[in-house]
Amino acid sequence: MEKPLTQHIIPGRAPLSLKEYEKVGGYQSVHKILKEMTPQEVQALVKESDLKGRGGAGFNTGLKWSFVPMGPDAATPKYLVANADEMEPGTFKDRMLLEGNPHQLIEGMIVAAYAIQASISYVFLRWAYKVAAREITKAIQEAYEAGYLGQNILGSGFNLDMYLHTGVGRYMCGEETALLNALEGKRANPRAKPPFPQVSGLFGKPTIVNNVETLCCLPHIVNNGAEWFKKLGLTADAGTKLFGVSGRVKTPGCWELPMGTTIREILEDYAGGMQDGYLFRGLLPGGASTDFLVVEHLDLPMDYPSIQAAGSRMGTGTMIIMDDQICPVGFTLNLQHFFAQESCGFCTPCREGLPWVERILLAIDKGEGKPEHLLTLDFHTKYLGPGNTFCALAPGAMEPLQSALKYFREDFERHIHEHHCPWSKAKAWQPSI
Amino acid sequence: MLTAEEKHQIDHEISLVPAPKNACIEALKIVQQNHGWISDESLNDVAEYVGMSPAELDSVATFYNLIFRRPVGRHVILLCDSISCYVMGFEGIKEALHEKLNIQYGQTTADGRFTLLPNCCLGTCDCAPALMIDNDLYRNLTVEQLDEILNKYT
Ligand SMILES: Cc1cc2nc3c(=O)[nH]c(=O)nc-3n(C[C@H](O)[C@H](O)[C@H](O)COP(=O)(O)O)c2cc1C
Ligand code: SF4
Ligand code: FES
Repeated sequence: MEKPLTQHIIPGRAPLSLKEYEKVGGYQSVHKILKEMTPQEVQALVKESDLKGRGGAGFNTGLKWSFVPMGPDAATPKYLVANADEMEPGTFKDRMLLEGNPHQLIEGMIVAAYAIQASISYVFLRWAYKVAAREITKAIQEAYEAGYLGQNILGSGFNLDMYLHTGVGRYMCGEETALLNALEGKRANPRAKPPFPQVSGLFGKPTIVNNVETLCCLPHIVNNGAEWFKKLGLTADAGTKLFGVSGRVKTPGCWELPMGTTIREILEDYAGGMQDGYLFRGLLPGGASTDFLVVEHLDLPMDYPSIQAAGSRMGTGTMIIMDDQICPVGFTLNLQHFFAQESCGFCTPCREGLPWVERILLAIDKGEGKPEHLLTLDFHTKYLGPGNTFCALAPGAMEPLQSALKYFREDFERHIHEHHCPWSKAKAWQPSI
Repeated sequence: MLTAEEKHQIDHEISLVPAPKNACIEALKIVQQNHGWISDESLNDVAEYVGMSPAELDSVATFYNLIFRRPVGRHVILLCDSISCYVMGFEGIKEALHEKLNIQYGQTTADGRFTLLPNCCLGTCDCAPALMIDNDLYRNLTVEQLDEILNKYT
């Protein structure tokens, strides 16, 4: 099985130095694009490869780039940002790439920057990723020394500077327009679109924000071609994907597998199945902001259309397992507490609605719920849903809630009728506020 | 008063952006690195240096979880309270920390050694439960390990 993204990552060992990385073919794609390809050709190749953004939304990467103004009249400088914020609970895939092979990310960033003719690039890294910060700092320095960054790269006339920027902690910083505000030294509130960042982004200049895993795919697409990349996937979707599993499974972890690998295979063959004494009840397929899937979905392939057809989203591809020993109300409450805390407070439905949802869930969990509470929760899933709030945080928060109300409604009702949590041997989740 | 070294570091950050105020978060990080937190006095100094009003800078500072506007202990414990750590029983760790340190979330131990804060997902959910103390990450935590871990910090 081909594992282009992780082939040079050796768990427990320092990542490859630039010299070692070059020996195994690293930076070849930079030589190739600078010598043989125009920026437009790189864009067309990536579009053709059907690479979909790995940050959650799954939009065609080449197509996204094609909205950047090109040519001599385009505004300068243009910016490229690697989104390495990764603060969504249950998501831990980019960490593996950042800590394991920072040169691959830098190489991918050079490809992306060349494709849109950006001259300044940032890695927006979350504060908690200390090991990654150290490794990336080292790798950027090596890349400058080797002439892959800076002025007149490899004598091509192309210039690119790269900076590491560490965030100071806020989930919103991962949303691409909020990230730009954070980089500009402002509160990380999202911006109205249009104008889209491709036209008016960082400091008002054309900007592309791409996820770390997305960027790490690029060198391989340049080296091996669009057809090769498409064929890596088992189903309609192209490429490999980092899939992760956390929760009460025997061997939680993160693996690079072909797009379209079934959930069952990931759960059983890689994560080792459920721990003894725990039964599977449901899972969030791609992080905290995706809808629950249940037993009947286990044979679904993990690809964008299949997961969407089942009423959920691939998201980040990192699954969170809910077992039979944990209360679904407590599970949902924990998620909503996160979203309520991390709401940026900019728009009223989200700022007021999420704490309301949290309070109701807490009441139900404590046995103080009333039947009408379920109606109020249903109401929120609609009015905090897509189109009613300024950004995707609130609709994302509603995905696990609406699907919990659908698949685990009996559990919610039992709490209300029996006036206590049926799982109460475990202490009820107490939010910290 | 910003030190000469702090000014030097902030000047470097300012040189990378169009306007000095674009470097305000970096400036806060630099000052917090030295003092552990951002006092009103530090906030005023930074605001003046980058050309913002204190209120404007405070609105930025208070937006971010890891800019501390209140004093913290010598070491900050960030305990992940997000979903995978919840499933894997972080609450046992939380209870044990409350008991061992005799503090609740947001408080600092009487000897000024530790401040305990809840934190969202540390991105190591496959090794839950997890916490961070300063720059050190601890994964696959059990209550039994806590004494040894805490003893490393004076
Ligand atoms: C609240 C919120 C948080 C997000 N956090 C991240 C993140 O940490 N990393 C990421 O790559 N994308 C995140 N996204 C998605 C980004 O907005 C954006 O779609 C993505 O970085 C684009 O990269 P891609 O096209 O390569 O997927 C987040 C979105 C929202 C609404
Ligand atoms: S939906 Fe929530 S996070 Fe998004 S802009 Fe509104 S308040 Fe902020
Ligand atoms: S949920 Fe605790 S590290 Fe991710």
